[in-house]
Amino acid sequence: MSARQHAAPAPVGGSLFNATTLVCGVLMTVMATIVVVRLLFGLSSTTNVNDGYSWGIWVVVDVFIGSALACGGFCMALLVYIFNQGKYHPLVRPALLGSLFGYTLAGAAITFDLGRWWNFWHIFWPGYFNVNSVMFEVAACITLYIIVMWIEFSPVFLEKLGLRDARKKLEKVLFFFIALGVVLPMMHQASLGTMLVVMGGQVNPLWQTPIQPLLYLLSAITLGYGVILFESCVAASAYRRQVEVPLLNPMAKVMLGIIGIFLVARFADLVVRGVIGEAFQPTYIALTFWIENACLFAAFLLIRTTEARRNPARLFLAGIAVMLSGILLRLNGFLIAFDTGPGWSYFPSVPELLVTIGIFAAEVFGYIYITRRFPVLPREDAYAQPARS
Amino acid sequence: MATELADKRTDDNSRRHFLKGCVGVAGAAVVAGTVNTPASARDTYERPPEALGLLYDGTLCIGCKACVAACKRANDNPPEFSTTDQLWDTPLDTSGYTFNIIKMYRSGTMASKDDETNGYAFMKTSCMHCADPSCVSACPVTAMTKDPKTGIVAYDAEACVGCRYCVVACPFGIPKYQYDSPTGKIGKCELCRHRYKDGHYSACAEVCPTGATLYGRTSDLLSEAKRRLALAPGSLTTYPRGNLSGGPDQSYQGYVGKYKQHVYGETEYGGTQVLKLSAVDFEKVGMPYLPPKSSASTSETIQHTLYGGLLMPFAVLGAMTYVAKRNVHHEDDAPTDEQRKEGS
Repeated sequence: MSARQHAAPAPVGGSLFNATTLVCGVLMTVMATIVVVRLLFGLSSTTNVNDGYSWGIWVVVDVFIGSALACGGFCMALLVYIFNQGKYHPLVRPALLGSLFGYTLAGAAITFDLGRWWNFWHIFWPGYFNVNSVMFEVAACITLYIIVMWIEFSPVFLEKLGLRDARKKLEKVLFFFIALGVVLPMMHQASLGTMLVVMGGQVNPLWQTPIQPLLYLLSAITLGYGVILFESCVAASAYRRQVEVPLLNPMAKVMLGIIGIFLVARFADLVVRGVIGEAFQPTYIALTFWIENACLFAAFLLIRTTEARRNPARLFLAGIAVMLSGILLRLNGFLIAFDTGPGWSYFPSVPELLVTIGIFAAEVFGYIYITRRFPVLPREDAYAQPARS
Repeated sequence: MATELADKRTDDNSRRHFLKGCVGVAGAAVVAGTVNTPASARDTYERPPEALGLLYDGTLCIGCKACVAACKRANDNPPEFSTTDQLWDTPLDTSGYTFNIIKMYRSGTMASKDDETNGYAFMKTSCMHCADPSCVSACPVTAMTKDPKTGIVAYDAEACVGCRYCVVACPFGIPKYQYDSPTGKIGKCELCRHRYKDGHYSACAEVCPTGATLYGRTSDLLSEAKRRLALAPGSLTTYPRGNLSGGPDQSYQGYVGKYKQHVYGETEYGGTQVLKLSAVDFEKVGMPYLPPKSSASTSETIQHTLYGGLLMPFAVLGAMTYVAKRNVHHEDDAPTDEQRKEGS
């Protein structure tokens, strides 16, 4: 009976200095240097963004994709606290940690891209902010959500610091922050899709639809579960732990259900608007559309049976397929199928790529630091050592 | 046996919670949605009655670019170079430092003006001052504003955060950013609103020798455009210059061009305050097809349906808070039935 009982979270322990953290440190230093150059000499000193493609990967990848990949925390909270599936509890903290870093760094990343970043506070200041702007909703919501997530995660720090009273007090009201932590990401992940709407005909009709907020919300939820599949497998292999298959199996089933709803909505919309023909043109736009959606079908094929979902390798691959699809949905709408007129092109510069890589390195470093020093991952004794005897 | 019973109870309980949660959330969303929808559907805005603008007639333009130079001077912008000798201002497109430019359409031998094949034609590129501008809707900090009286779409660098959503949103590619500056601003035509107090109007129209760019109230400009479209090509008519809605008469006699029967800007995205006439197909001279419904109105309808008065977010938040309060188990508590059940 105790074998599957929830193990209390505990620090993994071990050294913080290893090849992975060293590489992350180097990448983060490179990023910091490039950011200083950008702040001193303007965006064109380090990036390839231009008036045709004014949003490069610092916006589309670091913020739009980065935040969507960071939906694991909200998706687990949705399952555990809203739909009362308590069995998934061990997955909540690690997922929330991933989200915390994803969002905090997305928030940091946007300031590198803002041309007039010292005015950022205007977004929260009455008299400046514009409630008609989708960008306002996204920016305000993401900022609020980052604060809420740190509050949601703070029991971990209070636990470590031994502040039991403070923790008890916080936990009495935590349910409200959990609810906020579900509503806020639903709002801004949907709005990230709405951001495409005002761009009108510049966005290919395959991605220019008024149901974009619904699609982005559903996609963000599938991404949340996809990332948890991916993270759980990576963390298990890196820390030599068992993959939590008994939990991932039913969770993956939930994910497939939402993918199903997404695909029905996606294709019904294309048919109703009469633009499905665009998908059958001999263009790279049509190709990238099919790759985007084929990834979702691939996830179905990989893990459609319970048996398949007990196979960690299949869960891992399905997680990657879902992530790829979500990444492409966003890249396609904002960059690949965004056509601002003849003569414009964009491909990220090397420094631009290094900053994005640096952001992800910071996430990996943060994840390693917190899981090794703070109680996040479930305590694991029996499987701590790989069976060698 | 006792355990089994307990398990069954928990199972029922959790199922009931689950269903309650679903019903609660869905109910709140539906209620908020219905209460809110009728008030929030937003039509495409129309031009204000006193809207100011320009009428550009490609058939009158001789490509002298006096307007490009005058615009630079009026807005205190530096020259931009596209030639190796860098002798004079030669921008190839509008930019953060160039708000107005005359572009050329070329075909084949370029033998005659205003012919689509083996001809050439001119087109002005500058802000259209939309009735329902995408940039104003997109701007998160009200740095882009539309004047309720003149309809001029203005930019305030002091408010701007530099997110460049306006650059991405504009269907004409007009707001441009200064990427080479650590304190870069957005640059775009503001119809020379800073020169009105000195009795001046848009510099491009002031200097235009042929009246190809005409300044005035958009309602007057639209009547003038329609008058021209009704004339027989090749016939003689009077062309005004400078300021159509006031100012000295600078008109002259000229021949009527072979107009396409369309005033660009009359209905595009609900209408623009800058209007255009051309003898060459508008899409060929870089003016995109736009439906009469603005994308700003679609975007804001979605936004206000979902978030108007924050009704829906608060309804969902209320439902979520209610459900979460019942489902959050303190981690210090003894393992719940639910957790024990998993062991079996």
